[in-house]
Order: sequence, then structure tokens, then C-alpha cells
Amino acid sequence: MTRSFQTGGAPHMPPQTTVAKVMLQVLMALIPGVLAYTWFFGPGILVQITLATIFALLFESLMLRWRRRPLKPFINDYSAVVTAVLFALCIPPLAPWWISCIAMLFAIVFAKHLYGGLGQNVFNPAMVAYVVVLISFPQAMTSWLPPVALAEHSLGLADSLATIFTGNIPVPGGWDVVTQATPLDTLKTGVEAGRMVPEIRNSPLFGDYGGRGWEWIANWFALGGLFLLYKRVISWQVPVAVIGTVLLISLPFWLLDPDSNPFPLQHVFSGAIVLAAFFIATDPVSGCVSDRGRLIFGAGVGIITLLIRRWGGYPDGVAFAVLLMNMAAPLIDRYTRPRIYGE
Amino acid sequence: MTMASSRQIELAREAGKRIHHFHGGLRLRHNKKISCLDPVERPPLPEVLVVPLLQHAGDIAEPLVHVGDTVLKGQPIGLCQPCAAVHSPVSGMVEAIEDRPMSHPSGQKGPCVVISPDGKEQWIELKPLSNWLDADPDSLITQIQSCGLAGLGGAVFPTHAKMREGRNRKTHTLILNGVECEPYISCDEMLMREQPDKIILGARVLRRVLGAEHVVIAIEDQMGSVQRSLTGSAEFADSENISVVKVPKIYPEGGERQLVQVLTGLEVPAGGRPSDLGLMCQNVATAAAVAEAITEGKPLIERYITVTGNGISHPRNYLALFGTPVSHLVECCGGYTGDVARLVVGGPMMGYPLESDSAPVVKASNCVLALSDQDIAAPQPEMPCIRCGECARVCPAMLLPQQLHLQIRNELWKPLEEYGLSECIECGCCDFVCPSHIPLVDWFRYGKGELRKQALESEAVEVARKRFEDREARLLRIKQERAQKMARRKQVLKDKTAQQERIQASIQRAENRSRSKPEGQSKGARDDT
Amino acid sequence: MMLSILILTALGLVFGLGLGWAALRFHVDSDPVVERIDALLPQTQCGQCGYPGCRPYAEAISAEEADINQCPPGGEAGIRALADLLGREPKPLNPENGEETSKTVVLIDESRCIGCTLCIQACPVDAIVGAAKLMHTVIKSECTGCDLCLPPCPVDCIDIVEVDTRLPRWHRPRPQAIPLRVL
Repeated sequence: MTRSFQTGGAPHMPPQTTVAKVMLQVLMALIPGVLAYTWFFGPGILVQITLATIFALLFESLMLRWRRRPLKPFINDYSAVVTAVLFALCIPPLAPWWISCIAMLFAIVFAKHLYGGLGQNVFNPAMVAYVVVLISFPQAMTSWLPPVALAEHSLGLADSLATIFTGNIPVPGGWDVVTQATPLDTLKTGVEAGRMVPEIRNSPLFGDYGGRGWEWIANWFALGGLFLLYKRVISWQVPVAVIGTVLLISLPFWLLDPDSNPFPLQHVFSGAIVLAAFFIATDPVSGCVSDRGRLIFGAGVGIITLLIRRWGGYPDGVAFAVLLMNMAAPLIDRYTRPRIYGE
Repeated sequence: MTMASSRQIELAREAGKRIHHFHGGLRLRHNKKISCLDPVERPPLPEVLVVPLLQHAGDIAEPLVHVGDTVLKGQPIGLCQPCAAVHSPVSGMVEAIEDRPMSHPSGQKGPCVVISPDGKEQWIELKPLSNWLDADPDSLITQIQSCGLAGLGGAVFPTHAKMREGRNRKTHTLILNGVECEPYISCDEMLMREQPDKIILGARVLRRVLGAEHVVIAIEDQMGSVQRSLTGSAEFADSENISVVKVPKIYPEGGERQLVQVLTGLEVPAGGRPSDLGLMCQNVATAAAVAEAITEGKPLIERYITVTGNGISHPRNYLALFGTPVSHLVECCGGYTGDVARLVVGGPMMGYPLESDSAPVVKASNCVLALSDQDIAAPQPEMPCIRCGECARVCPAMLLPQQLHLQIRNELWKPLEEYGLSECIECGCCDFVCPSHIPLVDWFRYGKGELRKQALESEAVEVARKRFEDREARLLRIKQERAQKMARRKQVLKDKTAQQERIQASIQRAENRSRSKPEGQSKGARDDT
Repeated sequence: MMLSILILTALGLVFGLGLGWAALRFHVDSDPVVERIDALLPQTQCGQCGYPGCRPYAEAISAEEADINQCPPGGEAGIRALADLLGREPKPLNPENGEETSKTVVLIDESRCIGCTLCIQACPVDAIVGAAKLMHTVIKSECTGCDLCLPPCPVDCIDIVEVDTRLPRWHRPRPQAIPLRVL
């Protein structure tokens, strides 16, 4: 008696992981940072995450339908959700709802699907979205709130919702009273006005290293990043290169002139450096492939961020840095092809 | 191709003294114990044996027997001059020589000799080289070739060719590969436990053929009983310069290049062989077969094979004759359990699936693996590559599988050379870790085949161009020659006419003269003659 | 005024000489375009393009007498390569010249062959051997599959056969993706 069997390619084992699992792990790693964010800046961020996710999934399914791709595997891979969450973490927590809508339109339709969808995008979609809205709507994108501890009026979930959807903040005096410059903003305008860094840092906005609240959020993001490193979802090269470069380059400046240059750790713990180091610059699709390439990529992100912070027109430059390095990634890959066995 | 320096060759002499690491690789679950519980036996003779005539790297062997012939056990039935011979595994009658499934990754049918055994197990007259210590290495190689030996680790490269090359390259160390890094497979482990004397004797023969000094037997670090059995054997006690080395169990450590790296810390030059470093790798089973071939004169007609997997009732190892249908082995193991989703020859990482269990055991089959639905992946939809780089991290050849995959998929054949497709060992590590479930190794195999085909085609194109040009030149030459000949003939003809005219003219002149001469003079002339 | 004219003239001379020297020193011998076109043609020598062989076709292309889409054995890939080389737009194969088919070779049925040598004379690559009144045979490895030997054969003893892709010449086919179902 002979029997017939189905054939199939090797290896004859269930695969170790899936794209969806990878993306889910990234989302899980973001949870502590998001919770800390909510703790320090109110529930607005949760609303933004929800909004961005809804818009991202909406555009994702529209584009998939339009491109005649199957919905199920591509919606279930959570890649659009990761893009949405990373974007929401970059914008002011009380930004109006249409910011998310426009941003996700650019992220999913232009930055992702017009380049060929998952795995084909040259630029990090979340950063494309962020830069588009940052340049187009500077007013809405710079209306930052102070940490809850410093605010005279703390906004609950209902108030945050109302603000995000109506654009009017339910506080006497309106936006002008509530918003406050971010620590990086304060630092930049202060230094440009000729004040000393230690003097600027006396403001209650600053904490031990970075901005008050921000430094703790960064810590929690770093913890999530360590989880990803442990799970080997990301490789150590990018975060080490980003943070290491920022420290290494800002250190001599600070040593030479501590009055007009911030302490290196302050650079790391303010703005989006930590988030970028672990979650944004590590995006494999738009980044480099080889280990050496990833080191160069991370170092480039660090250097360009510092350049923009010091001489650029924006207080933080992580998004621009990531996009510029995205552009350079194929070239870096070309020149950092690893040595083949026996070569 | 990079060349090994003499310093590297010196370093390679230290093989096995220290354990090194290789890039990438995977730690996989063993799953070997289930098939190691029973001692190895020969299964009962099957009703019919199907011996494929293509069992090695190389060409199909020419059959030496005809339908209806009676054959003896060990009689050569197929010959392929540069590769190894094929022998009859039993005594019996040749029932057919026809195309049958032949246990090949292609799943194609091929010419097989079908033999029905007579049960007498009558051997052909064997010619052992019992005084092998005094024998000339070349005669040992000839004996190895005539016994049909091929690498039993899976590559089935003819042993005699490998040995001849190793001998010419001044090999100093023979490495016996007992590292079965694929899960489930335990045939080499069982062989080392049960036949240590044969392995070590074979190692000594091979060492003598090569003119090498050392033998390093590499085994996995979890094979404690194997080490005891090898070092405890009588043969081992009599031999010098043979060491048994344990290496950590990381897949694909049993790959030749990886094993060389682990034992010496050196890399085999790209495009080269271990012999560039003065090393030679042979499988332990090949060594045991060499011992049999030399001291008993037995040709290679059987091998240890593991029949295992969750789909087998009673997994175990057998010493099976080539040509035994897989279905027969499975029956001897108590048959299948429940639903078997896939039947694989080889291990789960590199094995190939069988369409039907009527396929025979061949020299390359080290394992028959019956896998259930839970063991294998349901066909997964392939997602786009997200360039996560996991594949590059686990690649033991230090390649960039994702780049290679894109290049093959988009048929960019030129950069493939630079990115080292030819260095891929098809171990399947990249496939296993790919979150997008891209069948990377399938793509690489396709790419390699395509490159080979293109090389052959461009060769053929060059030949065709040359032949066409030569023909054109020849036709032109013939035409010119013909024209010249014609011209010459015309000239000759012209010359002839001219001559004739001259003759005519002189005749004319003569006649004219004679006419004008007086009668008497011509009379006188006549008188003269 | 005078000075500037002199300087400019001198500069012109220096640079001109430099360029001239560079042109001689770094002269690159490039294949004439006919060679490069010929290198891309499949060398089947079948004459389906309307020229008596690949090289004459290459000469015709370079003289712009023939278009690049007249070579069926080269197929789409061949047309693309030619278009690349010549900086033209690729175009579909001209159906008048034939269709792109898989590679074949011919085989002489030796029992029917009468030894007329007509096919030997027709073969553009001398891939048929034999003598008058003796059986002919095709050297399979040299046959380009041009089929030019078919028409002259008076007894129709030549057959077209597919190139053998079975073992051991087999190689793994292109992997097929598991089709995704569009919801």
C-alpha cells in the first residue's frame, strides 16, 4: 500500500514569527511610555492615538481595496497602527482632530501605498506625516501644554475631547493662557536671546536632565526599547548609535562653553531622541540593513538632530533627521555590504 | 576566489584544539531521542527493490543489466564513469528497467532498476584489500570507486573524486563529521554508538589515502554515549592522532564550512573547498562504508536511516538496503499514526518532501520524517519583506538574504555574483526566521539554477557564433577557391586557344611557304627523310 | 587688452593640449556597435528576422535598416536588451517574423534518412554530420533550433523536439506565491 502526500518547500517547521507579531511587540513596548505620557500631560494623547489609529486603518483599507490587495492579512499586520501611534506621540496632545486625518492621509496614502505598500516605503510614514503637518499647520502643532503638575487648569478626558473636536479650549482666557513652550523651545529662544543655559534651566519646565515630565516619559520609552532589544525585534546598533552620537557630539561643546550649550544628557532626555532611537529610527523598512549601515544610520540621525537643534529653525529636528537618513539609507547599504563568509 | 595563505594552512593544523564560533545559526529543538531507543536492525526484505540509476551528483548511470537477468548481491548494475557505481542490493531477478519515482528533490521520475529478491542473499565474489596498510593509495581509491562510495551526509559527492583531490592538495587533517545538526535525524549517532570500530578503521584508511597526519572526529556536545563508545573502541586504542571533539549544537554546524570554522576558527575561502586549508571533511557513515569496502570488499548497498516523526507509530533507525520503498520501512515501524501531513526525506530544515511513499531509499537518504499538521506550517500567505534583517543575522554564510531575494525576484542577475548567491548553503535558517514567510531558500535554489543555465546558454551562444562564423568563412573560402580555379581554367583555355592559333598560324605559314617553293626542292626534302 | 587675449589664447592652448593628451592617454577601445548588437542576439542563425544570420541582422540594425523587434528566439528579453543598448523604446515582437517559443532542437529519424546531405548544407552552424548516401545525425549540443534543415529534407525525417529539462539537467522552478484571497 503506498500513500500520497502533499508537498511543500523546506523548512518543514512552523515559522518562528510573523509580521503581525513583530508589530504587536512594538506596540506593547510603547505602552509604558504612553502611560507615562498620560500621567504627565493628561488623557489627550489617548484621544490622539485613537483618532490616528482610526484614520490610519480607514486609509489603509481604502488603499488596499483600491490596489486590489487582500484586506485581512494587511490590516491584521498592525503596521498601520504602529505608524498611527508613533505619529500621535509626536504631536501636541490637544491638536485638532483633522491634524490626524491629514497626517494619516499622507502617511498611509502617499508615504506608504503610493510607494508600493508595506515594505516598499522609502520614508518612515509617521515622520512624513509629522513633517507635513508641522510645516503646514505650525500654529496647531506648537500648542503644547505644560505638564499637569505645572498647569493651572488640568483637563479631563471630556475636556480634552471637546478641545480636540471643537478647537476651543474650555478654559477662561483660551489657548493663550494654557499653552506653554516646550523645554526645547524655551532653550532655543533663550539661547538666541543671549541668556545663559543654567539660567534658562531654572525655569520650572525643566527637570533633572531634560524637560519636566518629558524625561520620565523618555525613561519609560527606553524601557520599552530594552524589551524590544531583548525580544530581538530591533538591533542594538541604531539606538546605541543615535544616543551615543548625541552624547559624544554635545559633550565637547558643553565642556567648552556650558553657558550656551546644554548638558549632553539634557539633549538625550528632551524632545524625541529616545523615542526615535528605539522606535522610529529602528524602522527596518526605511532604515539600513547591515550592522555597520545601522550604526551609520543612527549616527546620522543623531548628528542631524543636533545640527537642527543648534542652528536650524525648529527646536527639535528628529523627524527631519530620520527622513534625511531614510534618503541616504540605500546608499549606505550599498557601501556597507557585509563581508561574505570566506571572502 | 580568495586564496588561503600558508599561515592559515598552518593554523588549520590546530583543528579541534579549540572550539570557535560561526556567524548566525539557530538553536533548534532536538527531537532525536524518540528514534534512538531501539538498536538498529535490518528490516525484512521488501517484495521488490527499486534502485535509481541517479543517486549522486553527476550523470545518470548506464545500466549494466537487462530485464530478466539474474543478479547477485553486490553486483554492479549501473556504471557512470566519472561518478560512482550502483550495485544490486540483493540477489534476485531484474524485473524492469523503467522510469519510476526516485527520491529526488525535483519529484521527477527517472530510470530505475527494479529487482525482485530471491531471498537467497547470495553475494557476488568480494575482493577485499585486507593488507590495506601495504596497499598503494591509488589502488585504495580505485577500490573506493568500484564500491560505489559517495558522501553519505547528504551531498552524495563521489568519495573517490573527493579523496583524489584531497590527496593532490596535500591534506594534513581529516575531519570526520558526526555532527547531525538537523532535528530528528539520529542515524549517524546510532552508527557511532554501534559501529565505532568501523568508523575509526575507515578513518585510518582515509587518512592513509590522503597522506594526512591527524583525524578529528567532531560530534555534538550532547552525544555523551557516542564519545564513550568511540574512545572506548578497540580500534581507537590502537590508533594514534585521532581525537574526538565535542562541538556545541547550533544548526547548521554540520555544514562542512561551518564545521571547519568551528574547529579551526578559519573560513574556507569563498568559492574554494576545505582542501584549500589542507582539510578534508567526510561523514562518519562514509568512513564506516570505506572500512567495509576495503577490508571486506563490500560495495555500498545499504545505510543507516532514521524513520521518525510524530506521524510514525514506532520511530527508530534501520539499516536499510538501497531501493527499499519508504512505505516498507514505515510499515516495519508500525505504520503511520493518524494524519500525516507531509513525508520528508532528510531533516525538517533541508529535507525535501515526497509525493508518494513508494519512493526508494537512496544513498542520500538519511532520514524519513513523517510530520503531522501541528509540526509543519499551514501554507502561510507570503507578506512583503519588511527588511527586518533577521535573515542576515542568522545566515551562516554572512549573506544578505533579503537583498538576494529581491534581486532574484526582479531578475537582476548581475549583482547576484557580488552579493554572493553562490556561497549560500541552503540551510534554511533565513526561511525559518522570516516574519513575512518568504520561501527564501526556494528562491535561492531557483536563482542558482537559473545562473547555471545562463552560463551554459551563453557558452552555447558563443559556440554557435563561432561555428556560424567559421562556416561563413569556409563558404567564402570555397567560393573564392572556386572562382580562382575557374579563372585559372579560363586562363588555361585561353592559353590553349592562343597556342592553337599559334600552331595554326605556323602551319599556315608552313603551307604558304611550301606552296610558294619550287617542286624540286620539296622532292629533295622528301628524299632526305 | 592685448594681455587678456594672450592669456586666453595660452589657456586655450594649454587646455586643448591637455584634452588632446588625455584623449590619447585614456583612449578606450569600445566594441563597434555591430559587435555589441551581435553579442545580444541569441545566435540561433535562424534567419526569421529576414537576414541570413545574426550578424547580418546586427549589421542591418546598426545601419538602421532593420528594427529591433524582428528576432523571435531572442524574445521580449532580447528586444529589451537591444532597446537598452540603442537607447530606444522597447516594442512588441513583430508577428511577421514569428512567435517566441521555448527552445527546441531537431532530431533526425535515422531510419528514414536517405543521406541526401541537403540538411547538412542548410545548417548554419554545421551541427549535422554525415556523408552522401550515409545516415546523418544532429550534434544535439551544437543545434541552435533554427529549423532551417526542415524545408530542404525530401523525406521529412527531421523532427523538432523540446530541449530535455529532466534530470540531471533539471533545476528548481520559480517559486509560486500562495495566492492571497482578496476580501
